[in-house]
Amino acid sequence: MTADLSHEEILRYSRHLLIPEVGLDGQRKLKSSSVLIIGTGGLGSPAALYLAAAGVGRIGLVDFDVVDFTYLQRQIIHGTSTVGRLKVDSAKARLSDLNPEIQVDIYNEPFTSANAIQIARDYDILVDGTDNFPTRYLTNDVSVFLGKPNVYGSIFRFDGQASVFNAKDGPCYRCLFPEPPPPGLVPSCAEGGVLGVLPGTIGTIQATETLKLLLGIGTSLANKLLLYNALDMSFDYVTLRKNPNCRVCGPNADIKELIDYEEFCGIPGHKIEEGSAGDEWDVGPEQLATRLAETNPPLLLDVREPHELQISWLPNEVNIPLGILAAHLSELDTAREMVVFCKGGTRSAHALELLVAAGFKKVKNLKGGINAWAALVDPSLPLY
Amino acid sequence: MPTLYIPTPLRVYADGQSEIVVNGPIVSDALNDLVTRYPTIKQHIFNENGELRPFVNLFKGKENIVFLQGLETPISEGDSLRIIPSIAGGSL
Repeated sequence: MTADLSHEEILRYSRHLLIPEVGLDGQRKLKSSSVLIIGTGGLGSPAALYLAAAGVGRIGLVDFDVVDFTYLQRQIIHGTSTVGRLKVDSAKARLSDLNPEIQVDIYNEPFTSANAIQIARDYDILVDGTDNFPTRYLTNDVSVFLGKPNVYGSIFRFDGQASVFNAKDGPCYRCLFPEPPPPGLVPSCAEGGVLGVLPGTIGTIQATETLKLLLGIGTSLANKLLLYNALDMSFDYVTLRKNPNCRVCGPNADIKELIDYEEFCGIPGHKIEEGSAGDEWDVGPEQLATRLAETNPPLLLDVREPHELQISWLPNEVNIPLGILAAHLSELDTAREMVVFCKGGTRSAHALELLVAAGFKKVKNLKGGINAWAALVDPSLPLY
Repeated sequence: MPTLYIPTPLRVYADGQSEIVVNGPIVSDALNDLVTRYPTIKQHIFNENGELRPFVNLFKGKENIVFLQGLETPISEGDSLRIIPSIAGGSL
């Protein structure tokens, strides 16, 4: 059952109606379709904007965060005027302005095992615009259990990946990545950075694949993984196949219902990373300031990348980036008291683990990193 | 000799190289060549038992070596190997 178009809609979508692959029938299909976009961030922004502009009749948005100033570099659905507002409210306002003909349903909550099936069951397609492993595995498993395609996109610095999982008897995300990396082995964009336009490219590809699936046209990215590199401006593909041992979509699948994805990944999915190594290992900025004023102050080990020192640095610090720390342990004195820090306390917490495993005992983590130091001790330093 | 493409997240462990020429008649030799030259990359590719980590995918050309002969997959002059890691995006 497809919906009719009003004269105003026919005018609005006239450039679509001129394409034989879309036409009036295709546009009606889009109006009768529904897409759930999980995450209204870097990927979800362009995906939602283009799907709304294209006339997808009902768009669901799941997010639980509020718009932060640092999001605007890439999350183009939001604006300076909506900083501090709920992301789903900010996104809905923008989409409704772009296309008041469509329905936008918002879910201001984390996407979890408790609510995911309930939220996703009434949509035709899921778009994975998430930013963490637990929610990616959850989104995949929901798409498998509900039998809906999962339009996938992921980014890091200048690299992007995109695919269509669980469509046309094709592989799912778990067929390619049966298990997530252990916490800390893959740096996040929050710590590793990302070119702002990169999620724009990948999110737009996700929107394209979604429209093709809804319209039933073209060749989808099912059974393929698109690999994009912005620096080389290269697009490459590899072939994906169903994994006969896949635990959710294989013939002997043993995961039949949603699980605890945070436990599965060993990391929090929807909780905000606090940059803590645990109470017994943390030192707060004020506490560190007191220690530094005493005789025999601790060594300050900065595990950030060298270019970050141009933004902020602490006097007398020693800089050994996390990535090469293991190879430089011999340069450090195991007997010396040491405080490890980074931008927000996450990389330094991993560095601390590495140091403790190597026999260092007098090590602490600067909770919240140099940003917390800038906020609480030295406001002359910028936050980034 | 085959070329091994290194993804951005792992380049920091390989002197920033995006691709290196590797030696060996089979995939495991090529990877051993890589980790011998760049020892800190080893823990990101292999687990404690020397097996490829489950979140690291290695492709020869367009095909995942899992669907070829795994680490025993033969490689030759002109072949391209590509490590494809899991990337998640914003949060950890």
